[in-house]
Amino acid sequence: MSKKKTLYVPDAPFRPGEKPDFKNLNLPKAGEAEKPDIMVNPTEIRDLAFSLVRVLDDKHKATGSWNPKLKPSVLKEGLRHMTLLRIFDNRMLTMHRQGKLSFYMKSLGEEAVAISQGMALRPDDILFPSYRQPGLQFVRGRDLVDMICHCITNVKDNVKGRQMPVHYSWKEGNLVSISSPVGTQFPQAVGCAMASAYKGEDNVSISWIGDGTAAEGDFHHAINFASVYQAPVILNVVNNQWAISTHKNISSGGSTFAARGIAYDIPSIRVDGNDFLALYSVTSWAAERARKGGGPTFIEVFTYRGEAHSTSDDPTRYRPKDEWKSWPLGDPIERLKEHLIGMGEWSKTDQTKLEKELDALVIKSYKEAEKFGTLAEGPWASEETLFEDVYKKPPRHLRKQRQELGI
Amino acid sequence: MPQMNIIQSVNSALDIILEKDSEVCIFGQDVGYFGGVFRCTDGLQAKYGKHRVFDTPLSEGGILSTAIGMGINGLRPVAEIQFSDYIFPAFDQITNELAKLRYRSGGEYWAPVTVRTPCGGGIRGGHYHSQSPEAYFTHTPGLKVVMPSNPYDTKGLLITSIEDDDPVIFFEPKRLYNGPFDGDHKKAALKWDTHPKGEVPEDYYSIPLGQASIERAGSKVTVLTYGTMVHVAREAAESSGIDAEIIDLRSLVPLDIDTIQASVEKTGRCVIVHEAPRTSGFGGELSAQVQELCFYHLEAPIVRVTGWDTPFPHSLEWHYFPSQERVIEAMKKVVED
Repeated sequence: MSKKKTLYVPDAPFRPGEKPDFKNLNLPKAGEAEKPDIMVNPTEIRDLAFSLVRVLDDKHKATGSWNPKLKPSVLKEGLRHMTLLRIFDNRMLTMHRQGKLSFYMKSLGEEAVAISQGMALRPDDILFPSYRQPGLQFVRGRDLVDMICHCITNVKDNVKGRQMPVHYSWKEGNLVSISSPVGTQFPQAVGCAMASAYKGEDNVSISWIGDGTAAEGDFHHAINFASVYQAPVILNVVNNQWAISTHKNISSGGSTFAARGIAYDIPSIRVDGNDFLALYSVTSWAAERARKGGGPTFIEVFTYRGEAHSTSDDPTRYRPKDEWKSWPLGDPIERLKEHLIGMGEWSKTDQTKLEKELDALVIKSYKEAEKFGTLAEGPWASEETLFEDVYKKPPRHLRKQRQELGI
Repeated sequence: MPQMNIIQSVNSALDIILEKDSEVCIFGQDVGYFGGVFRCTDGLQAKYGKHRVFDTPLSEGGILSTAIGMGINGLRPVAEIQFSDYIFPAFDQITNELAKLRYRSGGEYWAPVTVRTPCGGGIRGGHYHSQSPEAYFTHTPGLKVVMPSNPYDTKGLLITSIEDDDPVIFFEPKRLYNGPFDGDHKKAALKWDTHPKGEVPEDYYSIPLGQASIERAGSKVTVLTYGTMVHVAREAAESSGIDAEIIDLRSLVPLDIDTIQASVEKTGRCVIVHEAPRTSGFGGELSAQVQELCFYHLEAPIVRVTGWDTPFPHSLEWHYFPSQERVIEAMKKVVED
């Protein structure tokens, strides 16, 4: 009996109970992709949209023309931030389980993404992250206590308890308020970069969205305006394979995400998102190009979401339990750590010591933050703040409503 | 008769309609393999096949625009927007296309799309998982707008909405998914398993759009409400002893103005309660219609109890969410006036 023809609907490659096998990813070797001149014509580097920039090889040695040749002190700083992020995430998840946070989102497996990229930027470069780049704040020296006060929504939360946890905003660090509707920040970053160009300033804007979000209209708005106005912006699609339960095969037809940039005549580079050095190098390249007037760069950060989408999600329902363990590009923290060990600059003991130190720091910071209250018990931002910041000054009808509430 | 919560009653309605009509297909973010973030489509893909219940890219505009195209070509799409707070990228497709297609083509084309979308607050969702955007859609001619308040109504109204040849925006108050919620967040959460409206027939049935339901009969004041606020208003009447007639509108467009008029003419007093912000909220429309029809029966000015004209906050959620106390205060005011 022949099967009736009907609508084609794609599926994820592996489902619960199946054994993930990523052999067909055909990953290029580390060092294989060539680093082009900063002001190269995008048409000359189209291959970079289909290749994969990798600097750290399987033995954790740095290789190839993209090697940024960073000082050990910079690498150690990166390792510290990434390790801190993993410890911070685990602590926040524990506190969520104890009912102290209403919600949380971890970055497991993606620690290198924003940390390495953030370190490759200047402090005056403007950040438009999604909810999975909290590590940017470590790079720019944000007080952990302040971050936790936001996450536990207490009286010291700088966004006055208005947003769910992990929706940070940090003006001093040039980190623009995070929104839950995905992708809205992508074209905003382009506008921000257009304003830098307009003002004759040489700072750049940078934004991150996920593979799932690249299906939103805002993706096209961003990349098209960036191309038309040659905005000094770095647009990243963090392809971590999953958008809640939506595998990237369902988010996007076609080949790589990076390939989309070719149609807009933007340099488009696919990079190993678990390789601290490769990410640093590609981001530095893009930032330098933008500062020199070369316009936007589009980066596909190829990685894997190691954890659930959020504390409201249960990925065992839609993907193999340990799929992350099979991811061929490994764990970004392990890879950088092994690289430093190979250089003779680090040891397993150093790492254990670091983890202990950071764990103590996070616990101490949490206790400090808790002095300012928690979501469950308060104190929260005061009641009258409910009516503030809707407008610059509350108009008459809001003042009246505030009185109705008795405050 | 089985007891169902609203998630199960949605699932049951979809199951029945998929079985009954091969032209119905269901799609949206996470609705296929996973069964939806609220589990409303759980098991349906496995039962009916990938082409009938499928996952889409994260693209609300894409979901609605393709739903329209499918509707034009004879299918009966049921699209899910994961949270009504995320409906706005599809706003143009809904308000300019879906709503106007029949009119602009002189009746030649239409798309019988139903958009299911969870709405409302009370789940600590902050302003992007708590909004009640119904008034944007009631303000758009061509759309029908429904918001049930219990499992029984949900199933019957959802079946009617899907079978309707006009587009329907079907709001599901997510705080009610697992149980009735009377606004007292300190009380242990109630379940639908002992509630009379949690009794849901397994088989097909439908409830016409445009028929309100009298949730509680009373003589002193008419309370017009819908969604989660039906339960808040009911409990406010019970606990205060004010003999209020609570009317659950169920569908906002079309609106059952006859039931409203009869009740207000009987009580002579009217309070309107909704979660959405006050300014240009649906309560403004209700107030105007009551005034137009019942002016000579009204013994006191109509009072609205609504969300404030601010975004829905996270930590101050219970200062925003219209409380029983505010409803009682409003009822007292109009009764004593």
